[in-house]
Amino acid sequence: MAAPAIKLTNISKNFGPVQANKNISLSVNVGTIHGIVGENGAGKSTLMSILYGFYKANSGEIFVNGNKTIIPDSQAAISAGIGMVFQHFKLVENFSVLENVILGAEDGPLLKQSLAKARVQLGKLSKEYELDVDPDAIIENMSVGLQQRVEILKALYRNANILILDEPTGVLTPSEANHLFRILKNLRDQGKTIILITHKLREIMAATDTVSVMRSGEMTATLKTAKTSPEELAELMVGRKVLLNISKKEPKLGDVALEVKNLRVTDEKGVLRVKGITFDVKEGEILGIAGVAGNGQSELLEALGGFRKSQGSVSVYGHSLNLENPSGQEIRDLSIAHVPEDRQRLGLIMEFSAWENIGFGYQHEPEYSNPWGLMNNKKMRKDADDKMSKFDVRPIDSKLKARNFSGGNQQKLVLAREIERNPDILLIGQPTRGVDIGAIEFIHNEIIKLRDEGKAIVLVSVELDEILSLTDRVSVMFDGNLIGNRLTSDTNAMELGLLMGGEGE
Amino acid sequence: MTKLPSWIDILLIPLINLIIALFLSALVVLYIGENPLNALSIMIKGAIGSSYGWGYTLYYATNFIFTGLAVSVAFHARMFNIGGEGQATLGGLGVALVCLMFPWPHWSIALPVAIIGGALFGAAWAAIPAYLQAKRGSHIVITTIMFNFMASALLVYLLVNVLKVPGSMAPETGRFVEGARLPTGHDMLGWVGIKFSKSPPVNISFLIAVLSSFAVWFLIWKTKLGYEIRAFGHSESAAKYAGISPVKIIMIAMLISGALSGLMGINSVMGESERLVLDSVQGAGFIGIAVALMGRSHPLGVFLAAILFGILYQGGAELAMWTKIPRELIVVIQALVILLTGALDNMIRIPIERLYFKMVRANA
Repeated sequence: MAAPAIKLTNISKNFGPVQANKNISLSVNVGTIHGIVGENGAGKSTLMSILYGFYKANSGEIFVNGNKTIIPDSQAAISAGIGMVFQHFKLVENFSVLENVILGAEDGPLLKQSLAKARVQLGKLSKEYELDVDPDAIIENMSVGLQQRVEILKALYRNANILILDEPTGVLTPSEANHLFRILKNLRDQGKTIILITHKLREIMAATDTVSVMRSGEMTATLKTAKTSPEELAELMVGRKVLLNISKKEPKLGDVALEVKNLRVTDEKGVLRVKGITFDVKEGEILGIAGVAGNGQSELLEALGGFRKSQGSVSVYGHSLNLENPSGQEIRDLSIAHVPEDRQRLGLIMEFSAWENIGFGYQHEPEYSNPWGLMNNKKMRKDADDKMSKFDVRPIDSKLKARNFSGGNQQKLVLAREIERNPDILLIGQPTRGVDIGAIEFIHNEIIKLRDEGKAIVLVSVELDEILSLTDRVSVMFDGNLIGNRLTSDTNAMELGLLMGGEGE
Repeated sequence: MTKLPSWIDILLIPLINLIIALFLSALVVLYIGENPLNALSIMIKGAIGSSYGWGYTLYYATNFIFTGLAVSVAFHARMFNIGGEGQATLGGLGVALVCLMFPWPHWSIALPVAIIGGALFGAAWAAIPAYLQAKRGSHIVITTIMFNFMASALLVYLLVNVLKVPGSMAPETGRFVEGARLPTGHDMLGWVGIKFSKSPPVNISFLIAVLSSFAVWFLIWKTKLGYEIRAFGHSESAAKYAGISPVKIIMIAMLISGALSGLMGINSVMGESERLVLDSVQGAGFIGIAVALMGRSHPLGVFLAAILFGILYQGGAELAMWTKIPRELIVVIQALVILLTGALDNMIRIPIERLYFKMVRANA
């Protein structure tokens, strides 16, 4: 049998006191798709960064095609035949496909020859692997799915035989993702080796041949995909049984709490991002807004949260919001809580300690400050301790700065703050982005609890599974419009996936 | 990674920066042909070796506390107010107008009014750049620099054309009335029976500066406004999410900053020169930037840094008197401190952090 494409033996890496990788050994055979799953912070990205030369391992060895290889930088990785497709593309937006492909791999100082050579080469690659891309298209005019293809072509152009893809489907519609998996299988069949890093179990099951599970820096198992199940993988990832599906009661609908009519939002560049949408949310229901990222959901949520100017009308129990001069204060005064999509940029002050963040946005409340403008820091500290222990924020040290918590725990801080205010209306964006599977269960239950108490909830998420398991009603946001208003029980992933791609309706 | 204890942050690291600055200055002294240790001892003796020296050191320090606090408050809202010079100039004008406007019977009545006058004028001078920043996005650094020049030109105009004593050749106002004369260090310590040199200009303004430091500390860490200022300074987008108005925070932070700069006038104009002269600020507005940087925008740090710069100022004057080292050497030291604490802060901070965490781990 041929030597494995990648073999890692006893790789360890620590950042200060944090052991990111512990004695990891891994072997990936040539011509296979190998998945790596694990929660955030399990060490997947660190391991791949070591393989691609971004980090140096403290110990352990790397073998590529049976040869011991030292990879001090990404140049060395490329010459060893390893290519990487990052989660965030590394493309020059205003360059053409061709220019991006040769960037950093030009022959000689004059571009004309390299471009001509690359054009021929690119044509060959496109045909061989069925990766159709117009070489003269400008990146910024291309869809995300196509941009990803350019990234793959870039790696192939550099003669990569081993392709690492880091969370490749985060920005794709379900149908684009399926297309990507077809491309990957095609590449595999032509003898390439593929490592797919993801936290979505469904994708592991759909696309890989073998799968390794990582948990807190260790490789806990390597399995044949055909012989495992999502439940088993989830248990291996978290270390305990996880309920992937939550149970919830039938909704008890009340009055209309939030009514949005013909809402339009224009962004900083003057582009109309939300193109006149209308919907309402009743007490006791969760309205899900699905869609591929970038279709206006963020702008919609920020407009409702008083962060962004908009036109049209939004009324909360009959009270009209001031959309011309929006204010987070007005929102809070109306008992609307807003868990923003971007917790680091909006939801938290990263340099503030956890206890200072617990009162953030509510500093005017009489419990936190008196009419003379003096803060009641003691009360805020105590509240922080209570809320942090209720939401199991770890480490439970309210003096720690928000920056020093992991992404999932930062999210729990924001959720603890907003949900514990017991708002009438909860606006919530990507509640479980970057949150561990174990914590997702808890967060989902908290949201359901609020709904069962008769609160109205708007949930924006790009995770279809989350939309399907949590919401009562769902609409899809596509290109600034809200399409397809359905009861969640009457629809399925396939139908929503089509809507997310703008098909149907 | 957790954070450094505050004594390392606001004492040890600035101290190391200072030592490096002094070391580099020593090389300059060597080049001039003097003995650096000798120079250092003259400086220290001259600044804190006598009540005379202390009197000058604390007088300078008072100015720097006011301007340093001014820069710090603006820093907390991430506004780089480098208009301290102009705001202090206008503050001095406000103080002078108060002192001239009324035949004050006693300083204890004149001082509170002068404080209001200085603070109002300083704040007013900061208000226009603040408004332009808040409403129109004109960069505060650019506008406050321009306002420094305008303040200086305005003062020249007023002193030459409006406020000058008729018939006098000097561009300065008349002397303030006796009832507007502030008690000096000599007077105040005399009340409690301590002997203090009569000549240095340190006066009751020093105590006002100390009180102001407390007030700023209280404002920043104990009040809702301070909480909002800090939140805005760390993240404008998050502040907006929380319903904090950027316009309001920029305006208020800059007004407080300008008022603190303006307060310097009670020390330099009312306390020292007892009349308004052309250059009453003497660069203290700019030194406030160094003081705020070195003090990490914390009132205690600002207080200590201001005392240090007071020592450098007074010591530098002594140096110029007794050696061939020019007074400008303190400008060199000052520049090095700004360079080290501002631009090169991480050069010292990161190794210290590493060392500290290594020690913590070793002990754990």
